[in-house]
Amino acid sequence: MSEAPAVDPARVEVILAGYPQGDAGSLVNVLHDLQAELRYLPEQALRQAAAHLGLTPAQVFGVTTFYEGFHTSPRGEHTCTVCMGTACHVRGARRLLEQLERDTGVSVGGTTSDLSLTIEEVNCVGACALGPLVLIDGEYHGHMTADRLGRLVTEFLEDGKDE
Amino acid sequence: MTTRLTDPGALARHREALVAAGEPSRDAIAVCGGTGCRAQGAMKVFEALQTEVEARGVDRRVNLRATGCHGFCERGPLLLLLPEGVLYQHVQVEDVPEIVEKTVVGGEAVERLFYVDPSTDLQHRKEEKIPFYRRQQRLVLRDNGHLDPTSIDDYIALGGYSALARALEMGPVAVLEEVKRAGLRGRGGGGFPAGVKWEVCRNAPGDLHYVVCNADEGDPGAFMDRSVLEGNPHSVLEGMTIGALAIGARKGHVYVRQEYPLAVQHLTHALEQSGEFGLLGEAILGSDLSFDVQVSRGGGAFVCGEESAMMASLEGCRGVPRRRPPYPAEHGLWGRPTNVNNVETWATVPHIVLRGADWFRSIGTEGSKGTKIFSLVGKVNNTGLVEVPMGISLREIVFGIGGGIPGGKAFKAVQTGGPSGGCLPAEKLDAPVDFDTLLAEGAMMGSGGMIVMDEDTCMVDMAKYFLRFLASESCGNCTSCREGLLRLHELLGDITEGRGTRDTIARVEEIADTVRAASMCALGTTAVNPVLSTLRYFRHEYLAHVDGDRCPAGVCKALISFIIDPELCNGCTLCALRCPQEAIAGEKKLPHTIEQELCIKCGVCKDVCRRDAVLVR
Repeated sequence: MSEAPAVDPARVEVILAGYPQGDAGSLVNVLHDLQAELRYLPEQALRQAAAHLGLTPAQVFGVTTFYEGFHTSPRGEHTCTVCMGTACHVRGARRLLEQLERDTGVSVGGTTSDLSLTIEEVNCVGACALGPLVLIDGEYHGHMTADRLGRLVTEFLEDGKDE
Repeated sequence: MTTRLTDPGALARHREALVAAGEPSRDAIAVCGGTGCRAQGAMKVFEALQTEVEARGVDRRVNLRATGCHGFCERGPLLLLLPEGVLYQHVQVEDVPEIVEKTVVGGEAVERLFYVDPSTDLQHRKEEKIPFYRRQQRLVLRDNGHLDPTSIDDYIALGGYSALARALEMGPVAVLEEVKRAGLRGRGGGGFPAGVKWEVCRNAPGDLHYVVCNADEGDPGAFMDRSVLEGNPHSVLEGMTIGALAIGARKGHVYVRQEYPLAVQHLTHALEQSGEFGLLGEAILGSDLSFDVQVSRGGGAFVCGEESAMMASLEGCRGVPRRRPPYPAEHGLWGRPTNVNNVETWATVPHIVLRGADWFRSIGTEGSKGTKIFSLVGKVNNTGLVEVPMGISLREIVFGIGGGIPGGKAFKAVQTGGPSGGCLPAEKLDAPVDFDTLLAEGAMMGSGGMIVMDEDTCMVDMAKYFLRFLASESCGNCTSCREGLLRLHELLGDITEGRGTRDTIARVEEIADTVRAASMCALGTTAVNPVLSTLRYFRHEYLAHVDGDRCPAGVCKALISFIIDPELCNGCTLCALRCPQEAIAGEKKLPHTIEQELCIKCGVCKDVCRRDAVLVR
């Protein structure tokens, strides 16, 4: 995996400034805001957050890795998420995920080596009527089939290369 | 321009002014803006409607509104014409010019967009006549399809916040008694009487009490709370404020799943509006009630739906459950007395205050009062969100409202209660849906996910699915849950991959007992329900896997093979082109065959075959 560029500490400080110093209770919300800005949570940002909120780095890392929504390694520019909710499962979501892993050579949770695409699963996005469902950069693609997903991702990755 | 409402009279006058001005009852087109319809292009339809009515110069004639979820996701995007209640379904951008021409300008309906009941071929013009809606009793969801969730005026015009005004008039004790007498039980899964919990919290000593709304709707296949928060956020805030009055709380928290960004957005917006109107904050409606609410986002951990884990998360910690007692009502958030209810429970409260406990008690069964929202999903024709009186039968929900199983397949099971629930077979279809019956049958009410399964669903695979989910969501605190669920998942893996024996099943039952007995929180103690309920009702499927190396539903890869029926195959070559393994051989226009050695059972051939010639054996 290629090295992610270093994060400017000032970008982190701007977000932290929105929360009172020593307000340990806002940690989860702080992590959300940091991740929205940085796309993942680099160690340096977590250390800054710890200092700001009056927590130890270990406490902050512990919370970060507890929740599935937080990522400590760089993410791809795009994300393809397969919904693994029960309704999607009974309509074949697992096969979709396997197809995606085969097509990209990346296993779930991983990112392609060129940092273009991250593959992940989600427990349920609550759009069960459309299952099985795949999200590409948050956009819903319902009633997915393995065949259509294969073509969709191929097109998607090729489009990315053209840019 | 906002109006700060300084007393209940001001609220009533504001409502009268809104109604007199015709908001929101004048002719309106309510476009369903629920997640299901959005995903099917509803907002594009909404924007196209806006553009079209402006271009035609008729934008003053109609009130266009994007509302919350209407419930009938299967037929989205949905358009409801108010006040008549005419429903257009599967509306696309291309339909917009005709809708504006005929309906907005001409005042007539576009009949081709009406719902046609597939079982009777009857066309229905009005929403209320469609079997999916007709058999429901919509209370909490009543206004979801009518109001713009970003408009507090819409909510007020439809009677919103009058329950709060009434509660202030009644006083805390009378409100508490009313909720207790109503028999309202928590809609989040536990079914604990809300009024009793409120009373314990009210009586707990402390300088600061909290009320919390649990909106960490983690059960996969469930989206009731999301739809209420997205579609009618003020109803939840009003319920919480009434609760705060009764309990004597000054601060509130809503803990929302991070996967629900629209719910967070609508709720945050509603909070700002309520504050500006004087319906939250200091001296609410001029009374001595002061109450503030803060929204917090979850981090994507299922266990945080458990109330003590949720409070740990609210405090900024890892979401690990705590031992109870002491219960949150006495020792909760930051050690203060805290009352936790879920979204649907809070949204039910204003209805009870406004219409009284007797009215509420008239709905439902002896032990379960009122209505319950279910998300009806899986292998069912009418996927969507339904609200029914407690005590209705599963059959009425799955077949009456849900329209049965697609493709003429046979019903196999309905799963209720999420990962902690159970799967009920066809013999139980006439069981009444209430807290106690479902529990007695080995399932549970849960928060309201209802997943229908047909003959193509493998029950062993289903149990394995839930175990995988729970094993990964276990917080890891109790060894029995952390390790037990992993072992159970492995053992079920053995069964689905053809390595299982009858001893494996016995081992599964033994470990399941231990996990249930030795785990601390509700996640661990109920985690084995899907395994135990499938073993109880579908043991024959387990036995087919271990005795006959057979997966009757044709799901478990190790036990099935894909073959091509030479009678049906016409040699179109599509499957051979799409097979990722190049495992399919054959001449053009002649039957093809699958090389079993190469086949990875991905099923692409079956997906693409237009003649259904690919069979699973």
